[in-house]
Amino acid sequence: MNIEEAAFQEAPFHPGHLACAGCAERIGHKLALLALGPKTILVIPACCSTVIDGIFPHTASKIPLMHTAFETTAAAASGVKAALLAEGKTDITVLGWAGDGGTFDIGFQALSAAAERNEDFIYVCYDNEAYMNTGIQRSSATPFGAWTTTTPLGQTKDLPKKNIVEILAAHRIPYAATVCPAYPQDLTNKFRKAKKISGFRFIHLFSPCPTGWKFGSDLSIKLGRLAVESKVFPLYEVEKGEKYHINYRPKGIPVGEYLLDQGRFKHLKPEEIAVIQENVDKAWHELLLKEKYSQEKEI
Amino acid sequence: MKKVITGNHAVAHAARLAKPGVVAVYPITPQTSVSELMAEFVAKGQLKARLIRVESEHSVMAALIGASMAGARTFTATSSQGLALMHELLHWAAGARLPIVMVNVNRSMGSPWTIWCDHLDSLSQRDTGWMQFYCESSQEALDTVLQAYKLSEQVNLPCMVNLDGFYLSHTVEPVDIPEQALVDAFLPPRKPLYKLDIDDPHSFGALTSPEHYYELRYKAQKEMESAKELIKQTNSEFSQIMGRSWLPVEAIQTKDAEIIIVTMATTVGTCRWTVKKLRQQGLKVGLVKLKMFRPFPAEDLLEAIGEGPRVVVLDRNLSAGMGGIIQQELKNIFYSAGRRNQIFSAIVGLGGRDITPEQIELVVKQSLKDMYAADQINWLGGKI
Repeated sequence: MNIEEAAFQEAPFHPGHLACAGCAERIGHKLALLALGPKTILVIPACCSTVIDGIFPHTASKIPLMHTAFETTAAAASGVKAALLAEGKTDITVLGWAGDGGTFDIGFQALSAAAERNEDFIYVCYDNEAYMNTGIQRSSATPFGAWTTTTPLGQTKDLPKKNIVEILAAHRIPYAATVCPAYPQDLTNKFRKAKKISGFRFIHLFSPCPTGWKFGSDLSIKLGRLAVESKVFPLYEVEKGEKYHINYRPKGIPVGEYLLDQGRFKHLKPEEIAVIQENVDKAWHELLLKEKYSQEKEI
Repeated sequence: MKKVITGNHAVAHAARLAKPGVVAVYPITPQTSVSELMAEFVAKGQLKARLIRVESEHSVMAALIGASMAGARTFTATSSQGLALMHELLHWAAGARLPIVMVNVNRSMGSPWTIWCDHLDSLSQRDTGWMQFYCESSQEALDTVLQAYKLSEQVNLPCMVNLDGFYLSHTVEPVDIPEQALVDAFLPPRKPLYKLDIDDPHSFGALTSPEHYYELRYKAQKEMESAKELIKQTNSEFSQIMGRSWLPVEAIQTKDAEIIIVTMATTVGTCRWTVKKLRQQGLKVGLVKLKMFRPFPAEDLLEAIGEGPRVVVLDRNLSAGMGGIIQQELKNIFYSAGRRNQIFSAIVGLGGRDITPEQIELVVKQSLKDMYAADQINWLGGKI
């Protein structure tokens, strides 16, 4: 399926869901489900998505959906998959779909354990870089310099974002990848690829959040583009924890172009933006080296 | 087939015979040998289940919730701190109306570190919506696990089968392990009303407004109430096939009793012996064994104890600031029934301290003389 076809597909969930206007999670969710197809069971913990699906007795989901406790996505998905296998159902994709709080923070233990056990499901972290469902509190996915309600002005976050893909790749899982809804073909390709792989698959989905990042609801895709073009959020994949492949090599734009469209960064001083630029450049350079090293190893 | 085995192995055999599709395990003393034997059953092909070796008890319960929601019969065993770690998900399992069966090997709660028996671990989970049973012998533990599956799958509520750490979990005694065919005749495969099914998609556990939540809890209460009678029917079916019976409440020499001991689990065994001895001394002592704690078998208890006799409750637990938990519950149902029996309270065996016949004899005699009046706590066996 190419992305033009996807645009004309029937949406994989019903209209009337409760996402904020401009929510990038929904775009990512739609593309992911179109790529995976209807033989999919969703496991969703406490996060925006659990609310987005709707209030009982309504549900936007067209596929089976299990809501689970905040920190349990990976464990619950392990159980769902085990039950399916116990019944001999081997052709159903189990899809854990959690926010950054549920992945980087409270669900991290269960996530690491499921990755180590190489459980056979796809875990997606849609990352809007803070606890958005509870009203914008910092998580370990919140980037350096960002304002949130628990890192207010005067004490904005002075620590870097946890590198979740590297941590998952270090578990030597079959597949880890980053995607951004602003690059729909890349996103679709990666979900289709993930579906064909068995074992633990982790997809880090960048999810610009108009509500929490303080930008206009018409700018989510633009923000996603700027994040990738500025190399703040590189699009790459890691197979078996060692084979790195950068899917898109942007020419590069200054990070300021990405940051300054967002209210959460508007307090940043030029010297702080310079620190962010330095960190982004360093991370990109390291990623290039990892890719180069893994290619050399192959030879 | 009769075998001399531990209580832990007895419940593992029960779980094997129940043919769960998914078993999740995490070690904790004194439960670990249940998990180990389950792993061995799976490794040897004696049980065709998916075994998930998770990283915590919290994930044990999360995985079983997922598996049960996808339609599987499930099993695990835990203890004490592990049970407490599951607490959040015990509520979740009950709220989701999943018939998960779990063995809890009773162990006191830290701090300080302790591995020995009392019942505060499971009694602290009183309000999670799980059914709870307590067992006197390894045979009873095995049989109760099988009955728990049948009961749970009828009322769609989870069930915790408790056995006393070390007293039962690690003590060997002869246990009749039923033939698979007999168990199959008693316990058919699970047929869930709803499950995660791509051919019949539903959402489970969605955000629920005040408009609907209240009634869901009412329904859980109604099912709990129905379980009080259903367990008797289940036990009767079990008894017809296996020739053994385990009632929610058992009355021993209560008819003419002037004083009745009420207690649970292995302490019942010690009390049986002590009652015999006290009867020889001419004291009219009876014993009520409380097997089912949730749902609380109020009617059966009122009937077993009757209107006259004094009651002495041996509570192997302590709700600090209030006292023994079983005596509180008992007073509650007696008050509601308009009964004025004197109910004495003794706290026994905390942290695995032995409960001896001498202590039980002493508390019965003290209670007959109105020592330790109804509103006081008798710290039986305490160095106080």
